[in-house]
Amino acid sequence: MTNAAVSNVPMVHADRVSKSFGSNEVLKSISLSVPQGEVMCLVGPSGSGKSTFLRCINHLERVDAGRLSVDGVLVGYEERGDKLYELKPREAARQRRDIGMVFQRFNLFPHMTALENIIEAPIRVNKVKKEAAIAHGRELLAQVGLAEKEDAYPAHLSGGQQQRVAIARALAMEPKLMLFDEPTSALDPELVGEVLDVMKGLADSGMTMIVVTHEMGFAREVADQLVFMDGGVVVESGDPDEVLGNPQHQRTKAFLSKVL
Amino acid sequence: MSDSGRSATPLSVSPNGADQAEAIKAIRLRHPWRNVVAVILVAMLILFVVDASQREAYGWENFGKYIFDKRISQAAGYTILLTVYSMIIAIILGVTLAVMRLSDNPVVKGIAWLYLWVFRGTPVYVQLVFWGLFATIYSTIDVGIPFTEPWLSLETNDLISVFWLAVIGLALNESAYMAEIVRAGILSVDKGQDEAATALGMSWMQTMTRVVIPQAMRIIIPPTGNEVISMLKTTSLVTAIPFSLELYGRSRDISVVIFDPIPLLLVASAWYLLFTSILMVGQYFLEKRFSRGVGQARPEKAGTETGAITLKTGVIQTPGAASNTEIAPDESTDPTGKEHQ
Repeated sequence: MTNAAVSNVPMVHADRVSKSFGSNEVLKSISLSVPQGEVMCLVGPSGSGKSTFLRCINHLERVDAGRLSVDGVLVGYEERGDKLYELKPREAARQRRDIGMVFQRFNLFPHMTALENIIEAPIRVNKVKKEAAIAHGRELLAQVGLAEKEDAYPAHLSGGQQQRVAIARALAMEPKLMLFDEPTSALDPELVGEVLDVMKGLADSGMTMIVVTHEMGFAREVADQLVFMDGGVVVESGDPDEVLGNPQHQRTKAFLSKVL
Repeated sequence: MSDSGRSATPLSVSPNGADQAEAIKAIRLRHPWRNVVAVILVAMLILFVVDASQREAYGWENFGKYIFDKRISQAAGYTILLTVYSMIIAIILGVTLAVMRLSDNPVVKGIAWLYLWVFRGTPVYVQLVFWGLFATIYSTIDVGIPFTEPWLSLETNDLISVFWLAVIGLALNESAYMAEIVRAGILSVDKGQDEAATALGMSWMQTMTRVVIPQAMRIIIPPTGNEVISMLKTTSLVTAIPFSLELYGRSRDISVVIFDPIPLLLVASAWYLLFTSILMVGQYFLEKRFSRGVGQARPEKAGTETGAITLKTGVIQTPGAASNTEIAPDESTDPTGKEHQ
């Protein structure tokens, strides 16, 4: 999937984004940019603000300062004149439709089968016809290698299978951006590979992705850009081989020496 | 159990591959005191039943005469109506109050709390007496702008019958309890569910109705079933209003006429028991329906139990194969077995 008209507008652009929970400043003036069709991996110790940044992108958390935009559109707010207006829930929901999100704990709907999980949002939110949604859902299940599991409830699937269904569910909304919040951290080691394989395939197809991960091998192989965060700031970013192979900062070195 | 039958059939591959140890055949532990207690209890029960059947005061003749009396069966209908109507209103109101309690708006939250405080903090009997005096307190119901001449003024007694006062009285009291049940159910649903639905672009309403409430149902259904059963019995208190066409009121009225209260109490009790028994069966199936996708029921992984149980499974599942009824944990050869380690 190569975009015929490759836009110069970055898919995600953060300009000095800050976010606090009470007196705890989790993001301190984060500036970064993800071009269309590229994969960015966010790494760093827990509590460094990676997940919070990800959640800000689809407005699950609101930004306190700075500007965050997706495909050239400001997230969560509307700028008219020199004033910012908070978006109505309906408009915020409209923005989220184009952004797929995959969670660490999968968060599949346990009362629905794999296929029902996938077709729920297309039917309810995008008003797709049920037959079309089912056909597309089956395609997606085949794409993540679970064609025969469409009638299985999440409780009957392994962690890796659940996460692949969750990816298919996010893809069913035909997003232009996919966010992965530590997608393999809750998995048994032998199940990590199957999920990473699906993500690699997705990256190869040209999907713009931001991945919070501890899988350095995956980051090195798939990422166009690797960002190391610590204490709410971007410590270092650039080509993954560069950052992983030749870290410039003491903190990056210290972190990498522990995980590599 | 010999190994010959097992090795002959491909179905009988045990999970471990190796041959299995012989099933344990031990002498069961005896519990002599259990039997003694059981015998004593059964004896007491028989004594009680025999005694009751012969005791004059129970008036079994009148019991038989009135158990299917038309007035009684009609009264049973009223009891059902009171229960159904007041539960429907209570559930709707309870969900509303639960959502209000979870609201971010402190005033909305406060009002819901106040409602719960009043209706849970006073006895239902007292509340019903109050509802009986409703027309005394508010003799007319006016429609219009406050502090101006009303457009429409209706006599309360013409507007609301005693039956509906009973329904309202029961429903308002019950809704306070339902609100807490629903709230507990909603809070039991993992926060991640809400987030996943939101991230998919679903609205608050869609998230509630499609994702949160169906999962909350599993928590809400069992206590709600208890509330229905409890409500069925609480309807007997509407004599406080006074409304006396339901089961208890009607049987009291009849017993006053025939000067024999005990058989009619038994009649009423028998009907109540019939209804609560039916409700219990209904609740069982409802609970089953709403526990889809959760719980221990794992059809795909059956057959990994002990030898004795898989033996039975084998018999049932391979009725045609006569000789290989030894063990057949055929489901344990899961096609995706590597992922179930």
